[in-house]
Amino acid sequence: MTHDPHEHEGHEHAHDHDTHAPIGAKEPEGYYPLLADAVRELLIEKGYFTADEHRAFIERIDARSPALGAKVVVRAWTDPKFKQRLLDDGKKACAEMGVDVVVANLVVTENTPAVHNVIVCTLCSCYPVFVLGRPPDWYKSAAYRSRVVRDPRAVLKEFGTEIDAKREVRVHDSTADMRYLVLPMRPKGTEGWSTEQLEKIVTRDTMVGVAECRLAA
Amino acid sequence: MSWGEGIASRFKPGDKVHVAERYPAKGHFRTPFYIRGKTGVVERICGQYHNPEELAFGKYDGPEKVLYRVRFDQKQVWPDYHGHSADKVEIEIFEHWLEPAK
Amino acid sequence: MHHDMGGQPAGPVNTAAHEIEPWEKRIEAILRCMQLRDPPIVTVDELRRGIEELPPKLYDSLSYYERWIASLTNIMVEKDVLSRAEVEARMAKIKAARAKEAA
Repeated sequence: MTHDPHEHEGHEHAHDHDTHAPIGAKEPEGYYPLLADAVRELLIEKGYFTADEHRAFIERIDARSPALGAKVVVRAWTDPKFKQRLLDDGKKACAEMGVDVVVANLVVTENTPAVHNVIVCTLCSCYPVFVLGRPPDWYKSAAYRSRVVRDPRAVLKEFGTEIDAKREVRVHDSTADMRYLVLPMRPKGTEGWSTEQLEKIVTRDTMVGVAECRLAA
Repeated sequence: MSWGEGIASRFKPGDKVHVAERYPAKGHFRTPFYIRGKTGVVERICGQYHNPEELAFGKYDGPEKVLYRVRFDQKQVWPDYHGHSADKVEIEIFEHWLEPAK
Repeated sequence: MHHDMGGQPAGPVNTAAHEIEPWEKRIEAILRCMQLRDPPIVTVDELRRGIEELPPKLYDSLSYYERWIASLTNIMVEKDVLSRAEVEARMAKIKAARAKEAA
C-alpha cells in the first residue's frame, strides 16, 4: 500500500513477511498499474467520473502534439502582426488558430540573434501540453531540472546545441500559472518555403529551447 | 501587454525586488531555493491567482495573489556561473515572496 | 525538500525517450477527471504536494507516473475520497480475477 509518510517517520525496519515493504522502498513491478486500475474503478463506482469521461481525456491528451506548436510558430514567422499578438498574449493568439490554451496564459519568448531562450520547470514538470503534447522524459528528469538553470550552455551542448558566447542565454523556470513556448528563429535559406516545409523544421526541441531550427530537421 | 491592467499590484515592471529569505519547515512553495535571497527586476505582472500554498492543502477559496515574472542575472544567482555575463534566469514569483530591493 | 532541485549537481541528461504506456495514460486521465470539475475534487497543487511529501528515496526510485498515482492515492485517502482498505481490497480482487482468467 502506498505509505503515509508521517506514519513511520525515522523508523526503518527490515522487510518482513507482511505485504508492506519498508518505507522508502519501491513496490514490486505491476503494483502501480494495479493500484491505478483499482483507484479508477472505485472512483467510477463512486460517481466521480464515468469510464467514457476518463477515456475521452486520454484521447484529448493523445491528440496534442508538437505539430500544433509548429503551426503557431510558422504563422508567427510568416505573419508579423500575428507574431506581435502572440508575443503580447500567447493564449489569445493561440485561440485564433483553434489551439485552446487551457491554463492561465502562455508566455512566448522569442529567440533573436542576441538572445536564446530555454524552458524548464525545476520544481516538477510544468509544460505547455496543450500545444506541444506530453513532455519528454528528459524534461522531467532530475538531471535537466537541476542543471539547466545553473549551467544552461553545458546542458544545451548535450543536446548538440551550441549557443554563441556573444549571445545571451535566458532560462525560464515555469514555477506558477504561466506556461512557456520558445519562438525559435527562422533559419536563412527558407525564403519561399511552403507552410508544410516550414512546419517540418519546427521540432519540439526547438520550442522548448534545447535546439535551434535547422534546414534539414 | 495588458495582464497587469486593473490589478492593485505592489510592484510594476522595472522595479528592483528582493526575494524573501524564508525557509518554512513545512508546506508547499513555488519559490525555488536557489532564488531566495536574490535580487532581480520585475519583467511583467502575470495576473492574480489563487495561492498554490493554500491550494495544495485543499483551501480553494483563499484570496488571489499577484504573480510576477522576475528577471535575474545568472552571475548574481550562482557565484561560480560560467557563461555570458548577460545570461538571465526568469521566474514567476508571488507578491508575498517579494520585497522592495534597497 | 527534495523536489526543489534547481542548481543541484547531477549527471548528464539522458535524452532517450520512452513511449508512454497505457497504464500511465490512465493515471494522467484520473487526475484530469478529478481536477477539471467545478469545484475540483483534487487540484494539481495537491498532486504536487503529495509528490513532494513522498520520502526522498521513494521519490527517486519511482518513475514519473508512479509518483503521480502514489501521490493521488495518498491525497484522496487524506480527503476521505477513498480508504486504504477499499483500495487494497479492490487491488486484491482485480489481481485474483486476472489470475483466474489467465488460468
